[in-house]
Amino acid sequence: MTVAGRYVGQSVRRQEDPRLLTGHGRYVDDIVVPGMLHAAFVRSSVPHGLLRGVDTEAARALPGVAAVLTAAELHPGLHPMWQTMMGQDAPAAPFRPLADADVRYVGDPIALVVVESRYIAEDAAELVVADIEPLPPVLDTSAALGDTASLVHPELGSNLAGELPAAGSPELDAAFASAALVATETFHQHRYACVPMETRGLVAQWDPAGEQLTVWAATQGPHEFRAICGRVLGLPEPRIRVIMGDVGGGFGQKMFPMREEIAVVAATRQLGRPVKWIEDRNENLLGGGHAREEQMTVSVAADDAGHFTGVRVEQLENVGAYPFPGNGSTAMAGSMIFPGPYRIPALSYAARAVYTTTCGRCAYRGPWMMETVAREQMVDLLARRLGMDPLELRRRNVITAEDLPFTTASGMVYETVSPAQTLEQAAELIGYDAFRREQAAERERGRLLGIGLALYIEPSQSFGPLGTDGATVRLEPDGRVALVMGTASHGQSLETTMAQVVAEHLGCDLGDITFVQGDTAYVPYGAGTGGSRSAVVAAGAARQAALALRERIVTLAAAVLEAAPSDLEVASSAVGVRGDPASALPFAKLAGLAYFGHAALPEGAPVALEVTERFKAPPFTFSNACHAATVEVDATTGQVSILRYVVSEDCGVMINPMVVEGQIAGGVLQGIGGVLYEHMVYDGDGNPLTTTFLDYLLPTAAEAPAIEYGHVETASRLPGGAKGMGEGGAIASPPALANAINDALAPLGIHLTRQPMSPAAIVAALTP
Amino acid sequence: MTAPEAGDQVHTATVTLTVNGESRALEVDTRTSLLDLLREHLGLTGSKKGCDHGQCGACTVLIGGRRANACLALAVAHDGAEVTTVEGLADGDALHPLQDAFIRYDAFQCGYCTPGQLCSAAGMLTEGGPSAVTADLTGDPALTPGEIRERMSGNLCRCGAYVNIVRAVTAVSTAGTEP
Ligand code: FES
Ligand code: FES
Repeated sequence: MTVAGRYVGQSVRRQEDPRLLTGHGRYVDDIVVPGMLHAAFVRSSVPHGLLRGVDTEAARALPGVAAVLTAAELHPGLHPMWQTMMGQDAPAAPFRPLADADVRYVGDPIALVVVESRYIAEDAAELVVADIEPLPPVLDTSAALGDTASLVHPELGSNLAGELPAAGSPELDAAFASAALVATETFHQHRYACVPMETRGLVAQWDPAGEQLTVWAATQGPHEFRAICGRVLGLPEPRIRVIMGDVGGGFGQKMFPMREEIAVVAATRQLGRPVKWIEDRNENLLGGGHAREEQMTVSVAADDAGHFTGVRVEQLENVGAYPFPGNGSTAMAGSMIFPGPYRIPALSYAARAVYTTTCGRCAYRGPWMMETVAREQMVDLLARRLGMDPLELRRRNVITAEDLPFTTASGMVYETVSPAQTLEQAAELIGYDAFRREQAAERERGRLLGIGLALYIEPSQSFGPLGTDGATVRLEPDGRVALVMGTASHGQSLETTMAQVVAEHLGCDLGDITFVQGDTAYVPYGAGTGGSRSAVVAAGAARQAALALRERIVTLAAAVLEAAPSDLEVASSAVGVRGDPASALPFAKLAGLAYFGHAALPEGAPVALEVTERFKAPPFTFSNACHAATVEVDATTGQVSILRYVVSEDCGVMINPMVVEGQIAGGVLQGIGGVLYEHMVYDGDGNPLTTTFLDYLLPTAAEAPAIEYGHVETASRLPGGAKGMGEGGAIASPPALANAINDALAPLGIHLTRQPMSPAAIVAALTP
Repeated sequence: MTAPEAGDQVHTATVTLTVNGESRALEVDTRTSLLDLLREHLGLTGSKKGCDHGQCGACTVLIGGRRANACLALAVAHDGAEVTTVEGLADGDALHPLQDAFIRYDAFQCGYCTPGQLCSAAGMLTEGGPSAVTADLTGDPALTPGEIRERMSGNLCRCGAYVNIVRAVTAVSTAGTEP
């Protein structure tokens, strides 16, 4: 257990609060640039078809219309697009901002109208007529791989977007051959989506004289946005400035610019005028990127005491037509993380990702989370087959402190995880044994109560391009501190947490720090927020830069005070001789000397009070947690009520417990939404049916349970001891809830393996 | 709906409103929503657009003290109205009690839904009357957390700050600090 510092470990109130509370946040739709035009997209209403022609004449004739651009006008001169994280040669859908010879999903952008006002832009878009000759849609992932299937991307020659072949081993075969029990089940997860309250959007401005592009964007990664603009337009990156202001949530959707954003940037360059595009909600639900929709078949071999001896996994992912990034498959990450919190001696993980004529998949909080969704449901199912309580089965297989360091069957090395402790803490907090007694008594009275657990290991992903981040810490002439970082917040409170880290290690007051983020003209390169990496990589950079600046300030003070640096202490934005408060030199005094009074300084005293550091993280840092939920199912209406929800979390040394709990709550609610309410539905012809909030149901205040938190604090090996945790809430809540629902339904002999577990689905299962 | 043809007339009208205590008169396209009038014509960008269909609450403002979805309100239909937006909640530098409670209870993350949550809560606290979860339909029900959850359920928050929003609103409601 680590002792909390003055700032790190405290639930410091957020620095960004007053601005956001008074209506003075600056989100992309709040940006106005003189002479700005407004863009609207004409989209396909057909899931699949040949684009015979696009009649833009009437739209062009409308007063105020500056341009109507189709692929023929927009695409010439554009260069290939690829995402840094995936690399240039990664398998991916063909790149085209606008539909070319054919349309490949309902919502496929066909033309871009650029107009003086958004109202007229909508009118103009309605006047564009696309002549589409329908082709058979590609909807079912299994059928899509058949010989006679119509092709989503004919140029690729197959609907197979990606494949991870099974890698068996003699050990695995032996485990299955000698198993006391083999259980196999297929779990289905439906399509749901990020749905940030702020949709996607940007304002792009091309300065033809200076050959400079400026983009204000709702993004999670301004540098990646810049890189992609540079690649597609063939511009040097320093000529592009991407500015991210306040961002109204992203959850993965805003990691990478997608086709529409790229089209708008290309249009602004072509037209030489600033263009704004703000996605409307219908577009966001129709074409802003979807997630999940996959199935996973898990076979577990176990001995007669319930110990897992081997697992075989097969995954089938529906990645839609134009997934972002790459081919949209999450199988690589899933295969690495699948063993999770358990001792699984042998594993094989095979996967196929399939293109369909639906909206492309995008990243969503824990994109690879099917591994936990399926694994945790499988544990409960196996427990039922063994006649054992699921808690007991987990206890028999969970990795304990004595097992560490532990290398999983997929090669991940755990050194500082605590799944057994979080399992016990969650069980205790929810009163597991007492609930079992209550459940038995209530069953007698006909009430269907259930309890569900889900354990998982969450990777902070800092491999490859995600592995470093930069921070500049500068003591300004007035003694205040500028913290300039490559990472930027879209709701995770980084303005607060990063400042806490710097205040702690620099020795300044928190209120002295101003956080500068999200503008590629000023901030060091950053890979963006995603992969639960900020607490690890960005905080590492902030800490490293703060410590380096502290050393310089101490050296300067030592020269001025004629004292040994080791005799000095730094606190509350001042440096003095330890035990002699009267000697303390405020930062403002030292800064004044360095910037203006340097002539009087002794030889060698440092005057550069600005430090930029890059922190390089190990590829993975693991946090872990256990979720426990109790529910009641109404057998008549199929309604699920969540009675209690407990999360025991170990994310190492917490920078700010309040922020950690806020992240958990947000993720859990997204998982609850996924299991019970949210469903992106396509009909049998490939038409999306849920493109408003009347049809796509987000959880509201009325559905949000109070979460009870437990914290286990196992420091990671990183300086600072932190671990990332931003995604876990959304990873473990679906299986915890599914397990609780199935536990409630157990007396009826029902076990659901498909989400969503909506009232309709439950009633259907209950109806013989 | 038929799309307009080239040459169609855009109809405009003059609208006079009192916004956050200031009288404003302006000429707008008659199709202009109150939300677009506030954001685009008056530069009051605090009210947010989350759906433009009356389904998310991000655009909630107070019209004559009652909460309303500004995206669904046609500006011309509210000629003469008194409108309060999130920018008008604080009294100078003194935050509105709800704003203060939102800080104390960590009632938001990205802040996009927050202006609507605040205006909605401010209106809700003075509304009275029964809601869908009120058991006794006679008289004014107490604003229990359950009532507040129901009454705030028109304001979506994808960051999932609901529990803390309800705590913040409950604190203000029970402190009796609301006018
Ligand atoms: S923007 Fe008005 S309710 Fe959503
Ligand atoms: S705080 Fe982000 S949507 Fe509510």
